[in-house]
Amino acid sequence: MTPHHTPDAAVTPLRGGADQSPMPALRTFGLSLAYDGHTVVDDLDLEVQRGAVTAIVGPNGCGKSTVLRGLSRLLKPVSGEVLLSAAVSESSGGSGKPVPLRDVWSMRAKEFARRVALLPQTPPVPEGITVVDLVGRGRHPHHSLVRRWSEADDEAIAVAMRVTDTLELAERHVEELSGGQRQRVWIALTLAQDTDVILLDEPTTYLDVAHQIDVLDLLVELNRRRGTTIVMVLHDLNLAARYADQVVALRGGRLVAQGRPADVVDEAFVRSVFGLESRVITDPVAGTPLVIPASRDQLIGPTS
Amino acid sequence: MSSRTRSLTLTGALVVLVGVAVLASITIGSRPVAFGDVVAVLTGNGGDLADRGVVEARIARTAVGLLVGAGLAVAGAAMQGLTRNPLADPGLLGVNAGASLAVVVAISIFGVGTLTGYVWWAMAGAGIAAVLVHALAGLARGGVTPLRLTLAGAAVSAGLASWSSGLLVSSQQSLDSFRFWQVGTIGGRGLDLVITVLPFFAVGLVVVLLAVRQLNALALGDDLARGLGESLLLARAAVALGVAVLCGAATALAGPIGFLGLVVPHVARFVVGADHRRIIPVCLLIGPALLLVADVAGRVVVRPTEVQAGIMTAVVGVPVFVMLVRRGRMAAL
Amino acid sequence: MSAPVAPSVDRAGHPHGRMPRGRDAVEAAAVVALVARARRRPLRRVRLVIAGLVVATGAVVLARVLLGEYTVTLVDFVHILRGETIEAAPGASFIVMEAKLPRALIGALAGAAFGAAGAMFQTTLRNPLASPDIIGISLGASAAAVVALTFFDAQGFVVPLAALAGALAVSLVMYLVARGTSFAGQRMVLVGIGIAALLASVIQFVMTRTSIQDAQAALVWLTGSLNRASWPLIGLLALGIAVLVPALAVNVRRMRLAELGDELSTTLGSPASGARLGLLLAVALSAFATAATGPISFVAFLAGPISRRLTGGRPSLWAAALVGAVIVVASDYLGDYLIPDVNLPVGVVTGALGAPLMLAVVISAGRHGKA
Repeated sequence: MTPHHTPDAAVTPLRGGADQSPMPALRTFGLSLAYDGHTVVDDLDLEVQRGAVTAIVGPNGCGKSTVLRGLSRLLKPVSGEVLLSAAVSESSGGSGKPVPLRDVWSMRAKEFARRVALLPQTPPVPEGITVVDLVGRGRHPHHSLVRRWSEADDEAIAVAMRVTDTLELAERHVEELSGGQRQRVWIALTLAQDTDVILLDEPTTYLDVAHQIDVLDLLVELNRRRGTTIVMVLHDLNLAARYADQVVALRGGRLVAQGRPADVVDEAFVRSVFGLESRVITDPVAGTPLVIPASRDQLIGPTS
Repeated sequence: MSSRTRSLTLTGALVVLVGVAVLASITIGSRPVAFGDVVAVLTGNGGDLADRGVVEARIARTAVGLLVGAGLAVAGAAMQGLTRNPLADPGLLGVNAGASLAVVVAISIFGVGTLTGYVWWAMAGAGIAAVLVHALAGLARGGVTPLRLTLAGAAVSAGLASWSSGLLVSSQQSLDSFRFWQVGTIGGRGLDLVITVLPFFAVGLVVVLLAVRQLNALALGDDLARGLGESLLLARAAVALGVAVLCGAATALAGPIGFLGLVVPHVARFVVGADHRRIIPVCLLIGPALLLVADVAGRVVVRPTEVQAGIMTAVVGVPVFVMLVRRGRMAAL
Repeated sequence: MSAPVAPSVDRAGHPHGRMPRGRDAVEAAAVVALVARARRRPLRRVRLVIAGLVVATGAVVLARVLLGEYTVTLVDFVHILRGETIEAAPGASFIVMEAKLPRALIGALAGAAFGAAGAMFQTTLRNPLASPDIIGISLGASAAAVVALTFFDAQGFVVPLAALAGALAVSLVMYLVARGTSFAGQRMVLVGIGIAALLASVIQFVMTRTSIQDAQAALVWLTGSLNRASWPLIGLLALGIAVLVPALAVNVRRMRLAELGDELSTTLGSPASGARLGLLLAVALSAFATAATGPISFVAFLAGPISRRLTGGRPSLWAAALVGAVIVVASDYLGDYLIPDVNLPVGVVTGALGAPLMLAVVISAGRHGKA
């Protein structure tokens, strides 16, 4: 694939969005995932659109993170398959022709790692290494026994750190950073991996509201400028509705709804996914649906 | 079945188990004595002199087994609760290594040569090592945490073991005495020795039993425990003290016996779940039963000699442990 | 979570995290140069430390050979190495070539193997307690050696071979039990701890069943000493190192990823099974070293943290190996001459001096908020 090394390189916007001709980056058919024989995700047909921001939402324990593990080859499916579209440069770009799909388990580990990156929820922080060293480890899939470090790696790291605004931290030790800084460094690592799909497991956990917005803005900006396909698990439904092009709702390991936030997020949706009464109004800032939950023992007034 | 009848049944079954173990320990041995003769000695109706000696030794041995088995199993359960580490073993507090070094010093420098002499050295060594481990774990900023306790325990144990080796390498005579103490056995101790150490077991058991509620709170993690209003420092110190006294007394009486303190709490947890109010009493019964069974097995496998209980517990315990590791959920570790 | 601190002040002005835009090519090149510089600086320090440690290892080996009760001048040493006989002291050649040099060399080799194996374990398992001493490898070697020494009256080369077989057998059992389970690496370590306890009992049992002379010999073996240094033994150890170290070197990059956790390591293209291969290599390495010298306590445990202190925190397998070599050779020297008329085995010295150092590690790790 062609790496995009400068942030300013004008990349053809690949924004899909649910309204344009659907072009999946990742697709699952009848995907079932289990831990030690205990099924967590059951018969899931999912379509992640290329160049779009997809948010996976659902109640605790619904299998959100497990789906991400399935998509990123961390968990081998019990049945069904996970398919990845050909890379941008291999396919016909935006011409609308069908894009060839490949079973992710047929790919070699590094080949897959050059296409799809994952940021786990709380990766362990290695001791005693600097930020630039950590970000550099994202370059592993681009190396081999013969191909070691090169100028291109430094460039990719520079871009990733510049975009995430972590250049000033370059020589700091990772364990000294604050939570917000650390999260940006982890995102820089996945950017340095230079993939066209990035999966993130609750990238806003443990962050205060300003840093949550910071991180999500950053991800959306990446998506808009580079056409990176982003899939993230979010537990905040309102943030998901605001930032995602596509919302995927799970409950009990099954798909409940899938579509544009404006189309799917309403009171019935919140009730069926979370079992919660609420009112949904229009977010005065973003114009997206805004869920206002009702407390359990309190009746809420009529809609509108 | 209601939970009350269930726990009654369980207690009954365990008591029967201990009874059978005691009976086996008194009637079976490397030197065969007819069952009728054993009964005769027990009821005071004669039996020849040699038989009487054998049976009396077995009674003392059974008493040692009961005390040491109960002490180590309870100390193990308390230790695992205290460090929130299912791998914690009473030996981890440095108790075994401390007692061993003290006995080595007693033998090689002060020429102590009797079991009664070892007892006080072993108790003192165990106590000093336990205090040392706790103090060192608390030196770091932020106070004692389970991980620091584990690390400090391993460090102190390994260091003390090296000092023991250093002393033993240069003195063949000391090694000769020490190697028989080190292997850990419940045989060859008289009832007088048992009575000397008995108060320590009593104190240790009472302290741990009183702290059972605090152990449950500690199991929830420091923050939650603090939130529940338990005084952490006091609870930790009390449990650690109880564990040290129990292990010190057990090691003084029988020498270092491994694995019992590690395995029995796991077995107890299988039977009654995670509540320390149930685990500790169950340990109190399973520990002696297991140790006595291991000891009886050790008496018969290589007749006419014996394999010491300290070795048999490891032989029996390790397969159980490996199975637990293979089956267990790693999240708990 | 705290608000961003000083370095990202300019970010505070852009709460909505706009990407920097409109920078020219010159500035982009400057950024790349900055990244390259920042990346190389710790590497340069690691290289410097390794160079320094190579010199230190050479120096301590040389000191071990030249100094002591029987001193040899550097000039004479060179002559002896060339195979010439020293006129003034015809026995010097024998003492150096059959006693002093083998002892120094085997110490350096075994120390390096222990150091590298320990560092590999600690980084891959992200646990400061994980080292081959604790997980039964050493005890596998010890139990086999003690049985060979006492029950079979094994002599010479048979003992290290038995030890090697024992250590490898233990690692095989660990591997087989943990295979195919989740968190296999951690389970491997736990099984190792259990096997260690079992083997410790076996050793205690053997010790009570043998003559006091055999027990004494076994104890010396168990504490780890360089007394049995000989050229064939050096050959065996060197062979093991020559085969395993290049394989380990290839694994170093996997080890760096293993530090990031199983998930990231896998999605970066290096599945956890790769890290486990590294563990097995480390196990084999420490098996060879233990076979040659017996278990020398604390070297595997301490070499990693000490080398990290030197490199400014960055783990380096080579630095850890060299630190291990320096520790063993220097401790052996101390054990010989520290107390007059008493020759302490090297394992006693490393244990006695190592425990306080280990505690320092525990405490300082706590300072950084990691323990």
